[in-house]
Amino acid sequence: MITINQLSKKYNGVPVLDIEHLEIPKGQAVGLVGNNGAGKTTLFSLLLDLIQPSSGHILNNEIQVNKSEEWKPFTSAFVDESFLIGYLTPEEYFYFIGELRGQNKADIDAMMDEYANFFNGEAIGQKKYLRDLSKGNQKKVGIVAALIGNPEVIILDEPFANLDPSTQIRLKTIIKKLAEDANTTVLVSSHDLQHVTEVTQRVVLLEKGKVVLDKEKTAGTFNELETYFKGISENYAQVAAAEEE
Amino acid sequence: MIKHFFNLEWKSFFRAAAFKQNIAFKIFIGFFAFLLLVEAAGLGAGSFFLLENLIEDGKIQAANPLDIVNRFMIYWFFMDLFFRFMIQKMPVANIKPLLYLPFTKGKIVQYALLKTVISFFNLLPGFFFIPFSVVLLFQGYDPMGVISWHMAMLGITLSLNFLNIFLNNLNKVFYPVAALVVMAAVAQYYGLFDITIYTQPIFDFFYEQAWSFVIPVITAVVLGVIAYRYFLSQLYLDAGLSTKAEEAKTENLDFLNRFGNISTYLKNDIKLIKRNKRARTTFIMGFLFIFYGLFFVAGVYGDSNFGKIFAALFCTGGFLFSFGGLVPSWDSSYYKLMMSQNIPYRDFLLSKWWLMVIVTAISTVLSLWYVYFGWDWLYAVLAGAVYNIGFNSSVVLLGGAYVKTPIDLTSNKKAFGDSKAFNAKTLLLIIPKMILPVLIYYAFALTINSAAGFIAIAVTGLLGLLFRNRIFTLIESIYKNEKYDTIAAYAQKD
Repeated sequence: MITINQLSKKYNGVPVLDIEHLEIPKGQAVGLVGNNGAGKTTLFSLLLDLIQPSSGHILNNEIQVNKSEEWKPFTSAFVDESFLIGYLTPEEYFYFIGELRGQNKADIDAMMDEYANFFNGEAIGQKKYLRDLSKGNQKKVGIVAALIGNPEVIILDEPFANLDPSTQIRLKTIIKKLAEDANTTVLVSSHDLQHVTEVTQRVVLLEKGKVVLDKEKTAGTFNELETYFKGISENYAQVAAAEEE
Repeated sequence: MIKHFFNLEWKSFFRAAAFKQNIAFKIFIGFFAFLLLVEAAGLGAGSFFLLENLIEDGKIQAANPLDIVNRFMIYWFFMDLFFRFMIQKMPVANIKPLLYLPFTKGKIVQYALLKTVISFFNLLPGFFFIPFSVVLLFQGYDPMGVISWHMAMLGITLSLNFLNIFLNNLNKVFYPVAALVVMAAVAQYYGLFDITIYTQPIFDFFYEQAWSFVIPVITAVVLGVIAYRYFLSQLYLDAGLSTKAEEAKTENLDFLNRFGNISTYLKNDIKLIKRNKRARTTFIMGFLFIFYGLFFVAGVYGDSNFGKIFAALFCTGGFLFSFGGLVPSWDSSYYKLMMSQNIPYRDFLLSKWWLMVIVTAISTVLSLWYVYFGWDWLYAVLAGAVYNIGFNSSVVLLGGAYVKTPIDLTSNKKAFGDSKAFNAKTLLLIIPKMILPVLIYYAFALTINSAAGFIAIAVTGLLGLLFRNRIFTLIESIYKNEKYDTIAAYAQKD
């Protein structure tokens, strides 16, 4: 479904992302992990054609994303709050996105019912504009909006951050269900290794813009990741200590 | 302590996004600001002589210039308060980070109040009152009286400054009072009721009784102390520092569905205007432009049709210019969404275009009363309206394509002009927007007659309609070329 070839992004000559090749088959759920500055959000922005690649390209269902816009109808994303229209109520926002994705009002109402459990009586029906909701509730709205219209590719940047524990558990159920769907390709990034290994079928680890680990999930994946990140932090501590001397 | 505060102010000023312009632009803006202050000072000094001339010519009945100034002073202060209420806000945003630091609350409040005192709203009146008072002294007015009057004016200005701090949350009180003042002004204009008869003696009193300036000065001090206490009691995250959430009101705009595809965006645009302070202000300002023509009814432009056309373009197109020139910045806060959603750019533009056309049509109907000043005014308004709808509606969108200023919808800051929204390309586009219709008029009016001139303007507007789609194609390609730059620019916060 998604093919990345020789993709790189540089800012003032400094590479922030450099991926030789990455292939994501249709229906797979991929977890993206990495420390701050590893290039996760850069990769997502490139996938959505929000920034320009310095070299290489991304194919989304055979469509080159920085050349054609044909990928938009089947791709949806929630990256940050700049995907929310602050002066709309959550309901109006869902209707708006629904209209853009060819859904009618009844479809959207049905969908809101379906996710009533996820909203947990908050966010919806509050007589509040999106800009006045808490960060967590804004996130819930953004995530659900990204699911409108059965998109084939769903991109969620840090969906677990800012959510309360109960909602995190509910979100895991939602993403797992999407992961099982053979038509839906899911890309999720997170700092929580537990969450990522739980909901995805494959984990890609980015470090300083490069893919350093790319594995189908197995029982040992979580430990492997933890060992890796522990290694980075200890290495850094040693380097820092050495520099001080 | 003061060193820290000063340091913060210095950085916030020089690191503001507005300063990240190229050097030529900075010099240009600096020069412009300097010019503005010189002009204000010149106005302060010159108005004495201007008024004196008018009195000698018998155009105004008054004993002397100070007499006139005192008469209209009440309106000056109401305008002052009005603009403060609309624009001047407590610098709350900069206070939050200070709360957690080891400053006493008193110090923080003093700092915030001091910031309001050294604001543009107090400097500009200073630039008028100081030169005016100096001229009064040179003209042989009683020095004690002038100094007392001057101190009184500054005292009132400062009192208003502090008063505005409580007024901030009192929309219900403010708007009825503002309406009363406007009614008083209208009543005075038509000679029904003259409020200045009652207020002028107050301002005269400050001049005649040299001690009397202590009254406004003490008022300012008392209001300052009250403001300090009020502010101190509000210095909690859930009190004065909280951002108020208004209750969401959903309205049914389904009647707009007749616009087909673009109705999705049109509904959003109407909500955008209704629910966001900045957009609402632009909308209201657009309608106030209807009265812009009054400046041209008499005065330096006399009876020339140049002034009428110019005025007609503004009267009917006030909203068009102020709103359209900032498309797509209105959608800047969620631009990433717009760019990654399945949105045909043309529909998005068309929605804005329809909005401008509808409002321009309404403004035109509301401007028809200019016929009172002569038939030529009616022709000018109608021709200007057609030109605006047909031609300028596309041209302003073209200009907007080069503007990459993010708009903070919830704040009124910069609602009256944003330096970054000016660049060479948008300035160049003034030619087709404003100058071309005047040229067209004279090309036909001088060779045939004035009726042909007005008709030619309207016909050009209609021709513009034919070219609309071509201009839209051009705008679309500009947007595509500048897409990544625009996204990056909108992601920046001030």
